[in-house]
Amino acid sequence: MSAPIIETHDLEQVYGLGDAAVHALDGVSITVERGEFVAIMGPSGSGKSTLMNILGCLARPTSGTYYLDGEDISDLNRRQLAAIRNRKLGFIFQAYNLLPRTSAVRNVILPLIYDRTKRLTMQEMEDRASEMLTMVGLEDRLDHQPHELSGGQQQRVAIARALVNDPVLIIADEPTGNLDSKSSLEIMNLLKTLHERGRTIVMVTHDEETAAYAERIIHLRDGKVERIVHNEKTKARVAA
Amino acid sequence: MKWREILRVAAEAIWKNSVRSILTMLGVIIGVAAVIVMVAVSAGTEATIQEEITSLGTNLLFVQSNFARGGLGSNPNRGLVFDDATAIAEQVKDVAGVVVEQNASANVKANGTTLENITILGTTPDFPSVRDIGVAEGRYFNQLELDRKQKVVVLGSSLAEELFGNANPLGETITVGNVKMTVIGVMAPKGLVGEVDYDTRLYMPITVVFQKFTPSNLAKLRGDRVRLIYVEVKPDADPEEVITQIELLLAKRHDVSLDAADFTITTQQDIIATQEATTAAFRSLLAWVAGVSLIVGGIGIMNIMLVSVTERTREIGIRQAIGAMPEDIQMQFLVEALLLSTAGGIIGIALGVGGAHVFGRLSEMRTVIVPESIALAFGSAAVVGAFFGYYPATKAAQLDPIEALRYE
Repeated sequence: MSAPIIETHDLEQVYGLGDAAVHALDGVSITVERGEFVAIMGPSGSGKSTLMNILGCLARPTSGTYYLDGEDISDLNRRQLAAIRNRKLGFIFQAYNLLPRTSAVRNVILPLIYDRTKRLTMQEMEDRASEMLTMVGLEDRLDHQPHELSGGQQQRVAIARALVNDPVLIIADEPTGNLDSKSSLEIMNLLKTLHERGRTIVMVTHDEETAAYAERIIHLRDGKVERIVHNEKTKARVAA
Repeated sequence: MKWREILRVAAEAIWKNSVRSILTMLGVIIGVAAVIVMVAVSAGTEATIQEEITSLGTNLLFVQSNFARGGLGSNPNRGLVFDDATAIAEQVKDVAGVVVEQNASANVKANGTTLENITILGTTPDFPSVRDIGVAEGRYFNQLELDRKQKVVVLGSSLAEELFGNANPLGETITVGNVKMTVIGVMAPKGLVGEVDYDTRLYMPITVVFQKFTPSNLAKLRGDRVRLIYVEVKPDADPEEVITQIELLLAKRHDVSLDAADFTITTQQDIIATQEATTAAFRSLLAWVAGVSLIVGGIGIMNIMLVSVTERTREIGIRQAIGAMPEDIQMQFLVEALLLSTAGGIIGIALGVGGAHVFGRLSEMRTVIVPESIALAFGSAAVVGAFFGYYPATKAAQLDPIEALRYE
């Protein structure tokens, strides 16, 4: 068995000082194995966004350790974290977060442009981006700009962008939060397909229906893991 | 991140806000154009003055009476006299020619025409070669005619035309004042040099001028006083060497020490150097003015770059989340600032060069585009962009990705 993708020990995140100190995370220890689809749920203020930011290497915990793909990243600096995000992570945001007035291909290319290890030519990057957009079903929308696309299409561009650097972990923050139910279904089915192809996905959501796609649901409350629910139905489906 | 990509993104950002970008560049455009036009005007002025100085001739030394020391009355022996010029010509080595001038004026009658108040220039035979003025017809007078004070004249080109029209003036007799003189030559046209028109003058041996037109009782005692002696140095000779020889000779003749000499010797280079020092001071003033306007332009760039960073906070957050390093973000905005300032610089250069041409056409002033001023202006624009872009770019690079992503 290879190392887990995510392994955290006693993650704490404290905002403010002294009496005003707020423990956004208060000792979170979780493990996500390679190929797992995990949902993180919890009411607002439960610390799920904070956990998300730490898992996404956008913030460093006040204390505790975080191993991503077997590498201790708790003490990395800004530049090192940026490099980790670039090579190992793919982000899917609630608000899509595509660059405005920039074509789908250009948006998807972005992670490759900041990659200092691969050194692809522009043509290779564009080919790879087109491949990703084709995979999410947008082969005829390559040169469309975000404002020319529906919400569901924009989120699929974002998914293509999250996949283009072949990350070890996809982090999805409320991926259907801005979508109608039909688009939500499409996006969740796309994530499910990715999971079935072996991608590791961690998704933050407050929606039960969306969470049901995950194999495991981690419930947070007041900065602590409240309970972990295994979704046998999803697991069985993947196994089959 | 690839340079091409950085440039593309920066160019797009500028292009998408084209009106704002042009307004931002305006400070730099005006600064750069001002540098080029002002330098062109001052270089044009300088060139004109230099031409005037060199048109006097080449390799010239100017020996002048120094009235400031001692003054006229303090020592009757002081000041240059005509015999000094003869002595220089005969005794100093490496001298190509010596010219002395004495001006006078008189009415000139010839062929039934009378011209009033014609300037007479009494000179020596070396005058045409030392002062680079050719003789078109006939000849200039020679040393023998000078020594014998013969009544011969050479006419300035336009004077010859006024007096004789198309007829040949050579050998004709004209009356200058009340002296009858024989025309032996006509000068080639020289035109205006500074304020002096050489073509309307009458040239004759200086000895004749001393005797007939500017007689003085004092001259009988100690020789004919002259103000200025032109000495042409041979091209391959060392002017300093010649200066020393003249100084020693004149000091001996005037019985003065070199420290208290009653004459000064200057070279054309000295005069040009003085001129250049003046224009250099003028130019450094212009440089300050231009520098200030470039700084104002730079502040404009910084201002708009700060606005741009704020507007694109979310974009910065997205790029950071996706793996852009702080230096990637910094470089992106720095290049954008540089692109703004250098584009402004290029537009400014085009306007400046065009403006200098138009200015030269429309005004009396001559303008000369100085290539260094273009390089300097462009370089300053780039430096201004880098300097004033640095702070906004660094600010962008230091944004926290989580905060930036949350920015609406």
